Amino acid sequence: MVSGADQKIIKDLVTEHGAGSLVSLLQRVQSRYNHLPEAILILLSREAEVPLSRLFALSTFFRSFSLQPRGKNRVKVCLGTACHVKSGENLYDKARRDLDLSGDEVTTGDLCFTLEKVRCLGCCSLAPVVCVNDDTYGSMTQEKLSKVLHKYR
Amino acid sequence: MDCSNRLLQLKEEGMKSLFPAAPRIMVGMASCGVAAGAGEVWDSLRREVQKRKLDLMITKTGCIGICQHEPLVDIIMPGYSRVTYDRVKADKAPELLDGLVRGKFAKGMMARIDQEEFLLDDTRKRYASGKVPAALAGVVPYDRMPFYKKQQRIALRNCGFVDPENIAEYVAKGGYFSLAAALKKKSPEQVVAQVKNSKLRGRGGAGFPTGMKWELCRNAAGDGKYLICNADEGDPGAYMDRSILEGDPHSIIEGMIIGGFAVGARQGYIYVREEYPLAIERLELALGQARQAGFLGNNIFDSGFDFDIEINRGAGAFVCGEETALIQSIEGNWGEPKPRPPFPAISGLWGKPTVINNVETWANIPPIMSRGAKWFNGIGTAKSKGTKVFSLVGKVNNIGLVEVPMGVTLKEIVYEIGGGIPKGRKFKAVQTGGPSGGCIPQELINLPVDFDQLSKAGSIMGSGGMIVMDDRTCMVDVARYFLSFLEDESCGKCVPCRVGVRRMREMLDEIVAGRGDEGDLDYLREMAETIKDGSLCGLGKTAPNPVLATLRYFRNEYEAHIREKRCPAGVCKDLISYSIDQGKCTGCGACLKACPQDAITGSKKKPHRIKVEKCIKCGACFEVCVFDAVVT
Repeated sequence: MVSGADQKIIKDLVTEHGAGSLVSLLQRVQSRYNHLPEAILILLSREAEVPLSRLFALSTFFRSFSLQPRGKNRVKVCLGTACHVKSGENLYDKARRDLDLSGDEVTTGDLCFTLEKVRCLGCCSLAPVVCVNDDTYGSMTQEKLSKVLHKYR
Repeated sequence: MDCSNRLLQLKEEGMKSLFPAAPRIMVGMASCGVAAGAGEVWDSLRREVQKRKLDLMITKTGCIGICQHEPLVDIIMPGYSRVTYDRVKADKAPELLDGLVRGKFAKGMMARIDQEEFLLDDTRKRYASGKVPAALAGVVPYDRMPFYKKQQRIALRNCGFVDPENIAEYVAKGGYFSLAAALKKKSPEQVVAQVKNSKLRGRGGAGFPTGMKWELCRNAAGDGKYLICNADEGDPGAYMDRSILEGDPHSIIEGMIIGGFAVGARQGYIYVREEYPLAIERLELALGQARQAGFLGNNIFDSGFDFDIEINRGAGAFVCGEETALIQSIEGNWGEPKPRPPFPAISGLWGKPTVINNVETWANIPPIMSRGAKWFNGIGTAKSKGTKVFSLVGKVNNIGLVEVPMGVTLKEIVYEIGGGIPKGRKFKAVQTGGPSGGCIPQELINLPVDFDQLSKAGSIMGSGGMIVMDDRTCMVDVARYFLSFLEDESCGKCVPCRVGVRRMREMLDEIVAGRGDEGDLDYLREMAETIKDGSLCGLGKTAPNPVLATLRYFRNEYEAHIREKRCPAGVCKDLISYSIDQGKCTGCGACLKACPQDAITGSKKKPHRIKVEKCIKCGACFEVCVFDAVVT
């Protein structure tokens, strides 16, 4: 449910944003709420006078938007070409095992971690690379990955 | 104060910091450096300098290209050449500073740099006059290192040499003078002609002549034209643009202002990928400095020309690197490409004539303006002029960013600059052009690299990713990798791309799982043609390329998967099983510890064994074995 505070936040964001693009407006909303909650999108649609369907289309087209709550820590396993040829997929599988994610789950039950695949972080000299929040870890092995994840628990 | 005085004043200020009176330390702080630990090195140097109350300058610099050796620290001691330390750890800070205090150099130098090159002015200035002192005589000059010897840095001219957060150093290297000269002495038409005569072709991938694009836009009817810098560098394995944005943001800004003047635009946009936060931060800082200096904004250099630039952050969609999709995204829509014509130069952003060029293209504009079209088109091959920046990555010894004149051979890049394949393994192929490109095999290693030669060989120049592959890389798996990438990234507008790419990927899934049929290869080829013909934009039209190129040169690998149910490179999980070479295993127990399934047994100092029925093929044992005893 939305609160009075949310209404003010969204109103202010829309006013502040002015005529800028809708994509950047959604980026601002997401950085405030960590994801794009349904109730907030409904509110935003009203405030910004944009059909909800359009907001929904944008937030499902671009990968950086999430309609689901995301974990406190974002683990990004790089699967760029350089990381791929150096077995980056094995790291992704290892992270899934370590974080105990099953099926198509990407966020741990305690909202501590969200696991993502990313296509190239541009640190190919350090392949394979894993990024947790803003920290980049290069020349990763499965063994090192377990230790890294442990640090953020 | 008028802008030209400001320019001279900044130049003087910049020269003082490039050739300082007191010692200066520079830490390579591009994303790759930071990821390798440059942040800790930076912190520890700063702490130590404060503690000792030393009178010296510590600044950041961008990526000098030799990424494999990061973190890099450079020291300029007055009276000496500049020296570079590689693979510096945070705890080396006291040792480096001890040396500085005593006027000596700590050990561990990778190279020395005797002179700073001022490409835009065509001059060089030595760090120290006279003979190289004995202390540095044994250290190799950087431009004689195999990695740098064949390089020619035009787009990367300042990366690793200036502090990207200091506009004065950019100006000292000749920056913004080309802009001033263009505004004062040239007509927009003359600027367009100069770029046209330089024969510069777009560096984003397609290689369209930049000058022609500008001319189209210049001559297009209507006002309110726009400029866009495409910094949505999405090709996996490519990070040239990121390095320029982080290491020399002003080169792009200056290029864009010149472009704005030439085509008659007043507003520019830089569309940056959100995965590049540091690039965005440095660009914002640089834009602020340029505005403050009066190089951006109203009435630039008193010429009456107004121009400003805004940053747009991408939201994670590879297809937005395609120009019409990128424009859609700036307009606030989802990034679906539009049919061309009309080309953006005629009808682009908000229906106005728009020039859209890639980061590296913009970085080439100031040198073309200051050194002239003739100088630029004297470099390179008949139809590809100038240089190209490549990110040389994958299974190669010297991973890094290299800028070479067009026409240098693949062999020179991989073996001389790149130093060959690690662990003496066998070279198999180089992948160029990202997901739209292809693989160049061993037989074509002497191919001169330019737009036309690469496309003749069934690949493309693309934005400049160059991924080296050895005999442990499976080409069917590589093709499948790119298809699954494109399947994720297809915007979904055209059915052949949306459904066709998925179908091709599913077929490759079957092949790598050992369930492929004899007829599959023909079917793949047929699908590829349909997708090429039936898709609107570059993503779809080139999506089948990775399959076509690997089929062309590595058909035998496909056949091994289909007929013999065997992956010759030992990569495809369903077709391999791990085992331990009993002759090589020393019984160290590393694999046993690493195995998450308890599938490995053996007692200490005796050869171990893998229980195949328990093994999940995660590769953990393969990774930890230092004796190469785990085999597939």
